[in-house]
Parts: sequence; C-alpha cells; structure tokens
Amino acid sequence: MLKVILTRMRQGYRTIKFPVGAPPAMPDFFRGRPCIKNGACAEGCPPLCDACQSACPTGAIFRASDGLGGRPGPSVDLGKCLFCLDCERACPAAAIRFTKDYRLATRKREDLVLGPAAREIKLARELDKKMKRLLGRSLKLRQVSSGGCGACEADVNVLSTIGWDIGRFGIQFVASPRHADGLLVTGPVTKNMELALRKTYDAMPGPKIVIASGSCAIAGGPYLGHEDANDGVSAILPIDLFIPGCPPHPLTVLDGLLRLVGKIQDTPRGKALRHEEEL
Amino acid sequence: MTREDIPFASISNGGCLPLDRVPQLSADELVRITRDYIGLGLRVSAYFGAIVDGAGCFPELFMVLADDERSRLLAARSPTDGCSFPSIAADCPQAQLFEREIAEQFGLVPEGHPWLKPVRFAKSWTGRDVWGREAGAPILPGVGNFYRVEGEQVHEVAVGPVHAGVIEPGHFRFQCSGERVMHLEIALGYQHRGVEEALIGGPDARSLHYLETVAGDSSVAHASTYCQLLEALGKGNRPARAQAIGAIALELERLACHIGDLGAIAGDTGFLPTSSYCGRIRGDFLNMTALVCGNRFGRNLLAPGGLWRDLEEARATELEKRIAVGECDAKSAIDLMWDSQSVLARLEGTGVLQREAAIELGVVGPAARASGLFRDVRFDQSSGMYRLAQIPVSTSDSGDVLGRAYVRSLEIQRSIEFVKEQLECLPAGSVLDGEAGTSRSRNAPRNVRRLAPNSLAVALNEGWRGEVCHVAITDSEGAFARYKIVDPSFHNWPALAYVLRDQEISDFPLCNKSFNLSYCGHDL
Repeated sequence: MLKVILTRMRQGYRTIKFPVGAPPAMPDFFRGRPCIKNGACAEGCPPLCDACQSACPTGAIFRASDGLGGRPGPSVDLGKCLFCLDCERACPAAAIRFTKDYRLATRKREDLVLGPAAREIKLARELDKKMKRLLGRSLKLRQVSSGGCGACEADVNVLSTIGWDIGRFGIQFVASPRHADGLLVTGPVTKNMELALRKTYDAMPGPKIVIASGSCAIAGGPYLGHEDANDGVSAILPIDLFIPGCPPHPLTVLDGLLRLVGKIQDTPRGKALRHEEEL
Repeated sequence: MTREDIPFASISNGGCLPLDRVPQLSADELVRITRDYIGLGLRVSAYFGAIVDGAGCFPELFMVLADDERSRLLAARSPTDGCSFPSIAADCPQAQLFEREIAEQFGLVPEGHPWLKPVRFAKSWTGRDVWGREAGAPILPGVGNFYRVEGEQVHEVAVGPVHAGVIEPGHFRFQCSGERVMHLEIALGYQHRGVEEALIGGPDARSLHYLETVAGDSSVAHASTYCQLLEALGKGNRPARAQAIGAIALELERLACHIGDLGAIAGDTGFLPTSSYCGRIRGDFLNMTALVCGNRFGRNLLAPGGLWRDLEEARATELEKRIAVGECDAKSAIDLMWDSQSVLARLEGTGVLQREAAIELGVVGPAARASGLFRDVRFDQSSGMYRLAQIPVSTSDSGDVLGRAYVRSLEIQRSIEFVKEQLECLPAGSVLDGEAGTSRSRNAPRNVRRLAPNSLAVALNEGWRGEVCHVAITDSEGAFARYKIVDPSFHNWPALAYVLRDQEISDFPLCNKSFNLSYCGHDL
C-alpha cells in the first residue's frame, strides 16, 4: 500500500491545462493544416505542372476552375487528405508545406476545402442555442468503428486517459447508444458495418448529433472508391462535425469537440488563421 | 521424410525467387508434404491463392512454411482445376482459416474441410462462390450457422459487432452453462475494406498507405515488411542507418502497445493505479514515435530503400532522454501490478493456452512465447538490424493471462535496452538508398524502382502481436499479381476462442486484452 502511495506521488498530476492554458507542444515534424503558396506555385512550376495532384494518393489536391479564366492555384480537401507529405515531396517549387496548426475541425464538409476560393479554414462553430443548452454541459458519445485501421479509435481512447481527461468537460464515451447524445464514427463505413451503424444511430434517443472523425469517416480515406466500403459516413447519416486527420491527433479531436460545445470561443488567439499564414 | 529432403524451394526472410524456381507440385503433393513438414515442427506462414500471369484463368495455390530452427522459409506452388483442392484442416488446424480464405476469395472448395464458413463475408474475386450464393446478392456479415450447444441449462450470449468500448467491431457467440463458457465462436469481417484486392496491379501512389493502415497500431511493422519486399524485388539497398532507425521505430511501436495493454489488463482486474499510469505512459511512447517522424503511429517514416526522415543527433539525444524517463515511469507503474497479490491471483490460471494447442493452432508472437514456444521472427528469421543486435527471446511456460502479461513486461525491458543500445551507436551515413528513383515503374512513387518480373518475394517482421508476413508475386510487367498480407491476428484469433473453453464468461475481457488482436489486420 505504501508503495502505491509513493508511486502516486512520483507519477504526479499530469492532466494538460488546455484549453485554459497553452496546448501541449506538438512535435516539430507534426503535420497539421497544409498551406499552399499560390505565388510560389505560379512562378516556380513548369506550365501545366500536376506533380502534387498525381502524387496525392487520394485526390485531395485538385485544381478547380475559378471562373475567372485564369489557371487557379491548387485546392486541398482536408477531408480527403492523409497528411502524408507525398505532395510536398513531389512539388518542384516547394510551394506546399504542412503547418503545425492542429485546429482542423469544421461543421460543414465544404469548409474543409482550402484554395483560391476559400483561403481560411472556417473552424467549427458551436451548436445552436437549443442544442447547446441540451448538450453543452454533458455530451455522451457512442463510438462506432466502421472499417479503417483502428488508429482513430486508439487516439480517441487516449482522450479518456489521465493526460487528457475529457470527462472534465462533461464529455464521456458511453457503452450504449441508448445512453448517448451523439455518435462519433470512425472508418469509411464498410458494407459489412453499414447496417450496424444505422441501427446504432436509430437506437439513440433524439435530439442527436453525428461526428465523423478521421479521413476515412469523412471521405473514405485510403479506401476512397473501394467497392467494399462507402466513401465515408455522409452516405449514411447527416454529419454535424468533421474532424480531419489520418488519424486526427487527440488535440485536434479535443479542439473540435470543445468548439462544438462552445468551450473554445474564437478569441483573437484562437481565430482562424489565414491559409498562407505561418504558424 | 526428413528436413533434408526439400521438395520446396528454400528462401530467406527478405529474399526473392524467380517464379519458375518455385517448385510446382500437384495439389495433393503440396498438401501432403505440408502436412509432413508441420509434423516435423514447421508452421504455415502464408497459404493463399493467386492468379498469376500466363497461368490461364485458374487460380494457383502458394504455400510458405517457416522452418524456424534453420532460419529459412520454404515455398512451393500448385496449379488447381479451378474447382477444389484437398483440405488438411482436420489434421493441421493452423491451415483451416487459410483454406477458408482461399475458398472465399477464389471460389475453390477445400475438399474435406471440417466446417467451411466465410472468413470476412465478402464476395469472391473470381465470381465463383463456394456457398452457391447468387452473384450480386448482398452478403450479410455474421449471418450463418454457429456452433451451438443445446440443453435446458444452456444459454447463448451474443456480443457485437458494436461493442461497449471504443474498439473495432466483431461478433462473439458464447455457448454457456451458467457462468461457464463451453464454446466461443468469433465471426469477423466487419472491417473488410478490400485492401488485398486493391493492391493488385501496384505498386502505385496508394500502396504504401494501404500497408500503413492494414492495422493502425502496427503501421511500422507492416510498412517495414512492404518496403523490405520492394527492396528485394527492386534490388534496392536499405542503408545501415535506416535499418537501425527502422528497428527503433518498430520497438517503440511494441513498447507503446505492450505498456497500454498491461494497463488495460490491470484495469480489467480493477487495479486502477497501473491502469491509469500506463494509459498516459503509452501516450509518451507514441509521442516518441511522433518525435521521430511527426506521427504517433509511425506513418510517413518508412520508404522503399530507407526512410523519409533522418534521426538527427539532437533528435536522437532528445529521444534518449525521453526513453530514460519512460523507462522509469513504466517500471514503477508495472511493478505495482506485479506486487499486488490480488492482480496476480486474478491472472494466474486464467485463459490457459497449452503448449501443444499453441503449436497445433500455429500461434505466433507473445501469445506463443507465453505458452513456452521459442518463436520470434527477430531471432528465428532475423533481418535488418536484428541480424547484428539480438534481442533475447522472452518466454514463459504457464500459457495463461499471467504468462502473456509477464512476457510482455519482459519484452518492454528488453526493447528499451535495445533502443538505448541502438541510439548510442547509430551507424553513420544516409537514410535513403542513393540510387532510388533512377528507373521508375509506371504509377510508382518516385523512389520505387522497376520490380523484378515473374518473381516471388517473402518478408517477415516481428510486430508487437507477432509475425507479420507479406508475400508479393509479380507479373511479367513487374506489377503485383498478388500481394498477400498475413497479420499475426490471423494466426491468433482461433487461439482466443480456444482459451475461453471452460472459463467463466467474465474472464473474457481479460483473455481478450492479453491477446489484444487486430480486427482490421484480420479483415483487410
């Protein structure tokens, strides 16, 4: 018993201070929100260069016509992005760079596309007034893993450990959909999990929300276009929060959830940074 | 027959053979010789179907056996008539899941299989369905006959696919008499997303990403094995420095998972100190992997021909510091558990896998070592850095949850020793093969060279769950005609079902965590 107490003292209090204090330091190689310098792309690239587009494993980088007649710079869809650096390595003009900005969650699918048309990421707004009153102080989530590789689940699980202690925000993962206010879905929704996902959703009492966590759940991830899977949850259920990443860092997930329940406001510090801004 | 008569081709870990040097046997011979070899102590590493260029439209069978005593692999192939092949599952239970997989993927009936059921509830690749299901009709997962025990006192407990915790989906059927489990059957396939089928025709821009996501907690093990195969087929070299850093990453992956699982085992016995500390310490080890490559799961570290990132001196020093802290933290947290009589009493004698059963089922990894089997790819079939720096094989002979937990805690100590030793004397030089990228094949990432056509290559690695085995077969163009992935979970799932016999149903969570098998690695 004495040893248990001594060990307890040795191990100390280890819960992060975020969001009151600063977020934990991210490793310098961490890959957060990508940033494409349009100027560099236009000047340094050979004409009709599509190196980044052809290197991207999931087609997350594309050129959409800007309707102005010119050749617009590339856009990147954070929903499809695996944050893998294949594009950064392929770009001859070094115009693509992954910043350390971990804040990626949005409320709308289209807000995940960054490019000439939308340079800023519209980070998730809080729930509407009624929903926030119901769920803002107590959000019980049922997690459904529906394909994918298990890494998203692992980094969601981390939030319940003492280092992150998501319970202090009133957010908890529960065992039954009957006890849940929302679903947190990972994986592209394989054909074999489609029915189970629908049944779990139907078993939740309303009002209810759905969170798609990870590039698989948002757009199919590396399995985009596979016959054995859907290209994400949106084919099955309406989604209230998109959390990109492969897998999303626990801090990205926490940031998204806290924004949703209104516990992180857009203070000047937390305001959406410009797409090209250095972090 | 002795081990000296080799009707199979001998190949080393990370080796490559032209297909015409892989002996072609009749299906009867293939399975008869395999049965004899298994009797001599060899085991099935991979057994699969493939449609190889030029062989007509009938699938062929490929067998890869591991001869651990002699550190070699044996390979052979056999044509089929497109309808059936003889089953050896009744004599060699370790082959039963492989045979069911061949049946499901290629529509070949293993004649004499004791109970032929789907593995993943997916459609056949060839359009031939051994269960006579109509083409295009939906295949419902977990629907079919389960082993049932009948009687007045008998009841059935069905769990899943959606479980209570934040874990992957699977369906479990327990046949119980009161609290006692008479039989457990596990139906998987919910995570099936078509990885193997999508790899055919590669390597392309997605291939490495498929391998990194075969099992998210074993990204380094699967990606290393894939890179090793590309190097074998493309005659690439992995510089010594890259081999050392790759081995460090593989051990960090093992450390994070073993520490997390020991915490989970403690949690299931209701011993919370170890459980809460280990949850955090696991995160510290994941963050060490992120220090090396930017991702907590080792994504984007390994490349064919080396590594994308070097571990510069400052980074290596920082890693060394963090390892020292992690070692102390982990030791103090885990020692608490070993000092607690109530934890030991709960683990002892729970979920026993006898040595004989482990051999028959072809179990791998810490589960095999806890049943007294001296079986570790890092030692038996060593490659890369493990040829130069050996890690002692950790074993126990109790075969119970305590044994599996104990083996893992030994492995934590030995992996930390290994990482420290490697960091002290990292080989100098570059981390990416200088010649990589000279001649690229179509669609291949820049650093993939043209692969040898019409060849077979095998690579093994000891992931934290056990042997990760990949076999690649190339067509006349040097593209993958087949890429077979065998995750250690594929060998070990039947063992989890087996150890539940005659246990209390409340022992299931403990038994499950002591194996902690991958659903996605099995379902592919």
